[in-house]
Amino acid sequence: MPYVSNEEVTAAVQDRSSEQPAAGRVARILDSDLFHSFLRSKITVVAAVATLILFLLSFLAPWVAPHNPFDLATISILDARVPPIWQEYSDPRFILGTDDQGRDLLSGIFYGMRISLIIGFCSVIAAAVLGISLGLVAGYMGGRVDSFIMRVADVQLTFPAILIALLIDGIAAGIFGGVDREFFAFYILIVSLALSFWVQYARTVRGSTMVEKNKEYVQAARVIGIPSVIIMVRHILPNVMGPVMVIATINLALAIVTEATLSFLGVGMPPTQPSLGTLIAIGNDFLYSGEWWIAIFPGLALALLVLNVNLLGDWLRDALNPKLR
Amino acid sequence: MNVLDIKDLTVEFPGRKSVFVAVDDVDMSVDAGKILGVVGESGAGKSTVGNAVIGLLQEPGRIAGGEVFLHGKRIDNLPYKEKRLLRGRKIGMIFQDPLTSLDPLQTVESQLVETIRTHLPLSAKDAQKRAVELIDAVGIPNPGERIKQYPHQFSGGMRQRVVIALALCAEPELVIADEPTTALDVSIQAQILELMKKLCEERNVAMLVITHDMGVIADITDHVAVMYHGDLVEYGETTQVLGAPQHPYTQSLISAVPRPDVKVERFPVVNYIEKAGTPQKHIDISTHWLGKSRDYEKISGPLVQIRDLDMRFEVRGSVFPSRRKYFQAVKKVSFDIQQGETFGLVGESGSGKSTIARLITGLYDPTGGSILFGKTELTSLKNRKDVLAMRRQMQMIFQDPYSSLNARMRVRDIIAEPIKFHKLASGNAEVRQIVDDLLDHVGLGAQAGQKFPHEFSGGQRQRISIARALATRPRFLICDEPTSALDVSIQAQILNLLKDLQEELGLTMLFISHDLAVIRQMCNRIGVMRNGELCEVSDCDDLFERPQHPYTRELLDLMPSMELLSRANLETS
Amino acid sequence: MIGFATRRLIQALIVMLVVALLAFTMFRFVGDPINQMVGIETSIEEREALRERLGLNDPIPVQFLRFVTKAAQFDFGTSYQFRQPVSELFAKRIPATLELSLTSALFALVVGIPMGIYAGLNRESPISKLFLSVSLVGISLPTFFIGILLIFLFSVTLQWLPSFGRGDTVQIGSWWTTGFLTASGLKALILPSITLGLYQMTLIMRLIRAEMLEVIRTDYIKFARARGLPDRLVHFRHALKNTLVPVITITGLQLGAIIAFATITETVFNWPGMGLLFLQAVQNVDIPIMSAYLLLTAFLFVAINFIVDILYFYIDPRLRVGRP
Repeated sequence: MPYVSNEEVTAAVQDRSSEQPAAGRVARILDSDLFHSFLRSKITVVAAVATLILFLLSFLAPWVAPHNPFDLATISILDARVPPIWQEYSDPRFILGTDDQGRDLLSGIFYGMRISLIIGFCSVIAAAVLGISLGLVAGYMGGRVDSFIMRVADVQLTFPAILIALLIDGIAAGIFGGVDREFFAFYILIVSLALSFWVQYARTVRGSTMVEKNKEYVQAARVIGIPSVIIMVRHILPNVMGPVMVIATINLALAIVTEATLSFLGVGMPPTQPSLGTLIAIGNDFLYSGEWWIAIFPGLALALLVLNVNLLGDWLRDALNPKLR
Repeated sequence: MNVLDIKDLTVEFPGRKSVFVAVDDVDMSVDAGKILGVVGESGAGKSTVGNAVIGLLQEPGRIAGGEVFLHGKRIDNLPYKEKRLLRGRKIGMIFQDPLTSLDPLQTVESQLVETIRTHLPLSAKDAQKRAVELIDAVGIPNPGERIKQYPHQFSGGMRQRVVIALALCAEPELVIADEPTTALDVSIQAQILELMKKLCEERNVAMLVITHDMGVIADITDHVAVMYHGDLVEYGETTQVLGAPQHPYTQSLISAVPRPDVKVERFPVVNYIEKAGTPQKHIDISTHWLGKSRDYEKISGPLVQIRDLDMRFEVRGSVFPSRRKYFQAVKKVSFDIQQGETFGLVGESGSGKSTIARLITGLYDPTGGSILFGKTELTSLKNRKDVLAMRRQMQMIFQDPYSSLNARMRVRDIIAEPIKFHKLASGNAEVRQIVDDLLDHVGLGAQAGQKFPHEFSGGQRQRISIARALATRPRFLICDEPTSALDVSIQAQILNLLKDLQEELGLTMLFISHDLAVIRQMCNRIGVMRNGELCEVSDCDDLFERPQHPYTRELLDLMPSMELLSRANLETS
Repeated sequence: MIGFATRRLIQALIVMLVVALLAFTMFRFVGDPINQMVGIETSIEEREALRERLGLNDPIPVQFLRFVTKAAQFDFGTSYQFRQPVSELFAKRIPATLELSLTSALFALVVGIPMGIYAGLNRESPISKLFLSVSLVGISLPTFFIGILLIFLFSVTLQWLPSFGRGDTVQIGSWWTTGFLTASGLKALILPSITLGLYQMTLIMRLIRAEMLEVIRTDYIKFARARGLPDRLVHFRHALKNTLVPVITITGLQLGAIIAFATITETVFNWPGMGLLFLQAVQNVDIPIMSAYLLLTAFLFVAINFIVDILYFYIDPRLRVGRP
């Protein structure tokens, strides 16, 4: 069927911009529409800088934190529940005050954020690998393989991630019977988060794969005789990564929130290795007795981290969506 | 007085780097009962003219200068509300794709009635009556019943009739039709054009038809405006402009239109738009890799023999075999392709011609019949090595230049992939050299290899596709609508290139197209397909001069007449 | 219509069976049910007798069948921690969870939908941008932290509203207790339902906005404008109705999610609902409650999905009327 693009104007504009001489890689990135839309949105720039600072603070926690909250030698129960420095009875050593065991809250937040971030990244990567592989296979193979994978995804999608994570956690606790819970908690969290979030990747990748599969460049590769696995990895995968990046960013925020929630509910990280959620859970007990800072400061740190990541994800989604440009 | 007058219209789209002038200082006018055609290739700004008149320019476009008058009253500077009242009431609009122009969730009646009652002071009952009359007037049988239906219950051609009825709801003085028949098949296109011409005369409406198709212009317009990159290059009576074009662009554009009535050896090179792709460096095929070691088994007789080929697709799956529904895409098709010839397959959309191409290349497995390539039966090949040996001998060029290249790969890697995969060269240096030569040979130049596909225009991308297809040194090339997404001038270049390559390399070709004129220029023998069946196979000239099958005759009759078009610069064979 | 509904019903049944299989696997194989029921001093013979009596030595398919039959009659076994039938425990707590979920769902829909429509239609207006920023904060704040902030502000600092429990409740019928009819019950409902509904509200708002933006760009909306239809008709008759299909799906899923998220809210506000019960079960590995909760929520989700599918059928004529 003959086809004439309705958007001849856009096409013409693009034609003209392609007349520019080919520049180096860095120059091309700096000149790309993506980068320009990034600079245009001031909020996004602020969010990117803030995210970077938060990441640095948490990954460099052992060097930048004023105290080591895990070093029992430096902790004194006499310093417990000291308020932040602008309040009465404060201690200049503890800017944001201390928790119930006398640990410096600011340092605790840095270390806690580090644990939250590591769990977030690991679970996002695990979920992405699982989801992308299954989505590629389902979308490319079609037929029974596809219906099986997607039925599983559909059933799972009817349950919110938090519920699945809770269930997996409960089952794991049942299997390991409470032994070495402190040791396993970290891995159980990653597995349960990954198993709760893979569906989104799989569905998105499957959808894009089904579109790409019918595009003529894939047919051309098949006519050349290239085997399916190579077509999937070399040809289709790079073309479906755009939406995956968006999901991964938004899921990083979601994973951090879910991890915090699980820890808050007492089924995540134990108090000996506190993540932000654990810190808030500890602080929650002291909320009514006036020691509000123990819960509120870690909570604000969590909100700040998640908000910035979400801002980046939001911008990325709009910037990569050609329809909204 | 003219119904529509456009004076010095300039439309700009401010971009990130510069302001893009889509329409530059354009004048034109239409009288009641007359049709003005605006013709041009992509990027000419023809749609922008229509959108500017009706006040629906896409953001961030704006009218930067000039005036638009409707019956002598200036309309381009009216406030939003008054402009809105003009739309539908005084100016009707018809869009390109009837499948997406109607709200899928509302009945045809409710869409008609709401439009009528927006513009005319009628009661619901009278509006309903008028809606039925309109549906009747656009030639939809059984209007009283069909009007209660939803858009998805109408075929494409019928939906376009509904769209026309909607445009005529309030008896507008001007109708703007933007590519009204581009999404339709030839036979439907002819009916819609006839309807538009009839309505224009009967209702004394002025019509502005925007199209890329010279056939449409020749068929129905009284006046024509030829646009090129935002400029109006020629404007006048249709017979005048088409018969004796003055401007060099119009001349080359008209000579590039493939014609069913004359067969040309080569299309005249149109170097007005895109640099015609002449090889910068000639490679000697007799000694070059491309022409060497064509170590295929010798075959006597036809290269491809297709017997009783059958293909059906499952439309609705079910656990119960009796409840499954199938679509028979190809029915008992048999034909031969001789070595060295170009065999054409022509038919409307859904006729099964592309399915045959995909069956031969192994993208689909046939449900019945046999495909003999030389002495090898393709449908029973199991051994992977044999399959690959066959794949290497046949390659395919696809329709859509925008999706047939992987956007994430450099052009060099795209072309090198088949060479490396089939291990046709001895080392990376040789592969590199071959890729450079191939790019040169299809007229792009070796430096094109470093770029990504999006840096090329549609015609250039089709050249890359051709280079990729040649990279396995095939002896059989399938071209599936290779030029139907391209502008006519680019189409002429690509067709010339294909002709040259076939001659040089002695390729056998299967050429698939919906366009009889293109088929005539390219093919030695032609098969006509309809609804999965092969109606007729005959020699090219016989088919056009002495068609046997009634369907072939019907197709030939429906073709827009090109007799108006100037015959200057044509080398006929 | 009947064929469509039957197909969907069969699909729903299959999903329920799969979930039941999961619940059964959990019930039967995670930990030893006998160990949980008896004390340490019980002899091996007694254990074996109990095992036989409970049918734990029967073939697995028979056990599964028994499990499903019992579950269909709301018999989910006995809780390990409370030594009470799970169904009784649930019956006591269902009203609390349902009242909380309904209130917050209502809040999410009533506030979220108009905000979404407004932001979708007026993409560039400052109010839309404000809505969007607020919604971003809304999805970034974890539910439990919103609860903590609200408690800190309205209960601890201002002391306006209670921070835990349901307040006074009224008994209706044999087992339903409602907090809707007393002043303290209503007051107790405010903070938890805002906490629970805020996240869903922002999601619904963002979804409707995104769908609106998408639909506004379609050809039929452009054609409706080109016919001169007034904005009111274009926006509400054509655009809004076409956004409904995806919006209903996600909204349905979100309403299901509210029940699950209630777990968190109930913990923060000590709300005596099913979620709190479930969480205690997870912490104490009380498998019968966990598997029953899984089945019950699955049933709710499947029911909501079924209703959503039927709604589609009424909205979209392409499903209802075949091609000629």
